[in-house]
Parts: sequence; C-alpha cells; structure tokens
Amino acid sequence: MKALMALFAGLLFGVGLGIAGMTQPAIVLGFLDVGGAWNPRLLFVMAGAVLTTAIGYRLVWRARKPRFEASFDIPSVRRIDGRLLMGAALFGIGWGIAGYCPGPALASLGSGIGSVWLLVAAMIVGWWLASRWPLRSNPHSST
Amino acid sequence: MHPWLLSLAGGVLIGLAAVLLMATLGRVAGISGIASSLLSGTRDWPWRAAFVVGLVISPLLLWLVRGESGIGMPQVSWPWMALAGLLVGFGTRLGSGCTSGHGVCGIARLSPRSFTATILFVALGMATVSVVRHWLGGLPA
Repeated sequence: MKALMALFAGLLFGVGLGIAGMTQPAIVLGFLDVGGAWNPRLLFVMAGAVLTTAIGYRLVWRARKPRFEASFDIPSVRRIDGRLLMGAALFGIGWGIAGYCPGPALASLGSGIGSVWLLVAAMIVGWWLASRWPLRSNPHSST
Repeated sequence: MHPWLLSLAGGVLIGLAAVLLMATLGRVAGISGIASSLLSGTRDWPWRAAFVVGLVISPLLLWLVRGESGIGMPQVSWPWMALAGLLVGFGTRLGSGCTSGHGVCGIARLSPRSFTATILFVALGMATVSVVRHWLGGLPA
C-alpha cells in the first residue's frame, strides 16, 4: 500500500510538472532569464505548489501520525552551513545551464531524447560523488 | 487555457502530490532526496522506487489524456547537458534538496534552510542564464 501511494504521488507530481511547463527547459530558462524576455510562468507554479502544500501539510499534521507509518519524518536540521550554501549555488548554476532540475529531468526520460538520458546519468554520478564528500552532515537533512 | 493558469494548476497538482506523500507516508516530497537515496541501498527503497516510477511514467498519462506529453526539447548541446547534470546532482545532494524539497516542501514548512537554499539556487540560475545569454551570447556547441 505504501508503494502504491508513492506511485500515485509520483504520478500526480509528474503530471503537475508537465501541465505546469516544468518539463520544457525553454520555459524554465525563460523564467531564469530576468535580463531578457522574462517568462513568469514558474512564479505561478511555485505559488500554486507552495500554497497547496502549506495548507495541506497543516491539515495533515492535525493527525497524530501519517496513514501508513508510525510517525511523520520531517527534516530536523536547522543549521545553515557551507554544505547547504555551496550545494544550492552549484545546483543553481547547473539549473541555469540546461533548465533541468531533478524532477523534470526524470520525468523527461520517457521521451527517449539521448541528451536527457545523459543529463540524468551525470546527475546520478553527481549524487554519488556528493555522497562521498567528506563533510557529511546528518543524513536526515536529506529532503 | 492561459499558460499562467496552466502553470498555477500544475503547481496545485504538485502540491497535492506533496500533501498525499505527507498524509500517507509522512515524508516530504523532495525528488533529489527520494531518488538519490536509492543509490545508498536504503531499506525503505520500495516506496522511493515507486515514486520515481510514477514520475517517469507521468508523461505517458498526460499524452493519453491530452494528446501531448508536455516534454520539451533540450536547449543546449550534449556536453553542456552532461555538465549541467553533474552540477545538479552534486549540488542537490550536497545542499540536501532541490526545487521540490527546498523550493516547495521546505518553504511550505517555513524552513529557514529551505528559504536560504531556494533564494540562492534561483539567484544563481538567473545569474547563469544572464551570463550565458547576454554576456557570452549563448553557449558554444
């Protein structure tokens, strides 16, 4: 049942990405192009997603526990450290180069476009490299 | 439908997916975290794998319902795709999250870490596009 729920959540998430235009790197790069013909669509994606999640989370947290687990597992790390800053900065540069963040990259695999597969393969290598990075912090900070 | 409304509706669906994952499994919907921890041989891999499968097959559902998958063409040549993938992978794991984990779930939780990360990766994304398009006049193939 847990896997079924996760499958459905992944499906819903991906359909949302597709409708929102997030699987079109031209739109994503257009949003990041504040100095050019700026495309504000991602603001609407963020607004819809953040508001829905913010309200939904608070409704869900009224329950003592999630439906199929013993407790909520919410990131507890509060420290803003070099890992967070360096990681976010490198991610931003990569995002700005090609217009793919991890969700849309995975959701674009089905197109069979070779260079998308290459990007996802490189992303997996990046994940692996970062997991071997010496300054490991609490693994529970991983979202 | 106006593209802005489509994006808003897509955002709401992304939010509903995040809420569903919290309500059923008690987890934040951070794609980089869910997918990358599959590499470390975690014991709770089945739900993570199922989530990724759902994400990967979602364009097929869109295509069946709307007649288009919603997947656009890459805008840069393959060496840049490879470099971008490496930076996105390394950065999201080092920084413990991406657009979904920090940008959506983290901000919805009012996490100061996620606010910081989101401002930083959006700013660096914008800076990168500005440098590439308006200083370099595009990336060399």
